[in-house]
Amino acid sequence: MSDVLPIPQESYLELSARQRIARICDKGTFTEICGPEARRKSPHLATFGMPSAFDDGLIVGEARLDGRNIMVAAQEGAFMGGAVGEVHGAKLTGLLLRAADRAPDAVVILADSGGVRLHEANAGLVAVGEIQRAIFTARDAGVPVIAVIGSANGCYGGMSIAARSCDWVVMSGEGRLSVSGPEVIESAQGAGEFDARDRALVWRTMGGRHRYLMGDADRLVADDPGAFRSEIVSLLGQSRAITLETLRARNTELKQRIDTFGAARDGTEIWQAMGHSDPWRLPELEPDPFQAAVDGKRRKRA
Amino acid sequence: MTTLLEFEFDNVKRGNTRRAAQIVGVVGSGQLEVLIEPAELDGKCEIVVETSAQGFDEIWRSVLDDFAAQYPVADLRISINDGGATPAVVNLRLQQAIAEVLDV
Repeated sequence: MSDVLPIPQESYLELSARQRIARICDKGTFTEICGPEARRKSPHLATFGMPSAFDDGLIVGEARLDGRNIMVAAQEGAFMGGAVGEVHGAKLTGLLLRAADRAPDAVVILADSGGVRLHEANAGLVAVGEIQRAIFTARDAGVPVIAVIGSANGCYGGMSIAARSCDWVVMSGEGRLSVSGPEVIESAQGAGEFDARDRALVWRTMGGRHRYLMGDADRLVADDPGAFRSEIVSLLGQSRAITLETLRARNTELKQRIDTFGAARDGTEIWQAMGHSDPWRLPELEPDPFQAAVDGKRRKRA
Repeated sequence: MTTLLEFEFDNVKRGNTRRAAQIVGVVGSGQLEVLIEPAELDGKCEIVVETSAQGFDEIWRSVLDDFAAQYPVADLRISINDGGATPAVVNLRLQQAIAEVLDV
């Protein structure tokens, strides 16, 4: 028996934003727009004695994916938790508007963000509003917008709203998606409401598996750049309708969801109510057995 | 406020193959990013450091002196955004940046 451990597969979670772009896109095809040499740094951070980044924590550009034209944006979670500042937001908004104009086969947003960069206050909040409007502008022009969530910071605050405004959400089990983060809920409502140190609880209520079961995530993938890439490729060129009717259907579904599950204290209670007889087992399953277990027993987006 | 430090090294031209601008590292706590760009600087190497840590001018001078002695590269502009990286981390990132931009 060999005592050499197998080399683990590469983890999407652990990659930097630039590495993620390199792994997702066709090799050598990424052309950055407004790159670090343009030095579009935050005009606000120096006021607080904080260092700024040459790309303001967001990398945007054009590339090919499976031979098709895409635009791609990646948030760098190691810089200020991927938080959205004025320049960061303007770059993402600009990319989406460019997409509405040039009609690539998708805009792919590799999210890794705690939300608005509070140091930039109103400028960050305005940026999130502009991003959301630009997502709808791109979608209205027939360009699919795909949010990809599987990074260490997850996708929270304003970026969670942006992600759910997209056509598609692709997540790994390791990914997290929620408006308020665990610590925020605990601070506001107390540990009795939500114990932010209970990591398993965090994933049972915000993690990729739960989001997939609830239909908030359309695709669930393993924490592997190749798996993410394959699922994104399968969504290229595919738009969802965005009309008054689809919005109304969505609102009805959300209302029904809170009526059905509003009293639940944990993800497991929701899964049980959805017909999963052994809900505590679900978080432990590997991706493939998980898919088999939940097939036909998950909600889908209206 | 952050501190802006500027250094200039008058180095020997070595005629290495230069690639386009490269960036390595990310600005985080104890981390830094290094942007390295070929530039017409009359044989000099220019290094600009923006750092949140105050009072380390002499340490930066020592680290960058060592770097310039180790890699006598000409016509490069190196721009650093620093979140309080230690000298060892700075040195490693500079070596990585040099490897990205030059055939050394």
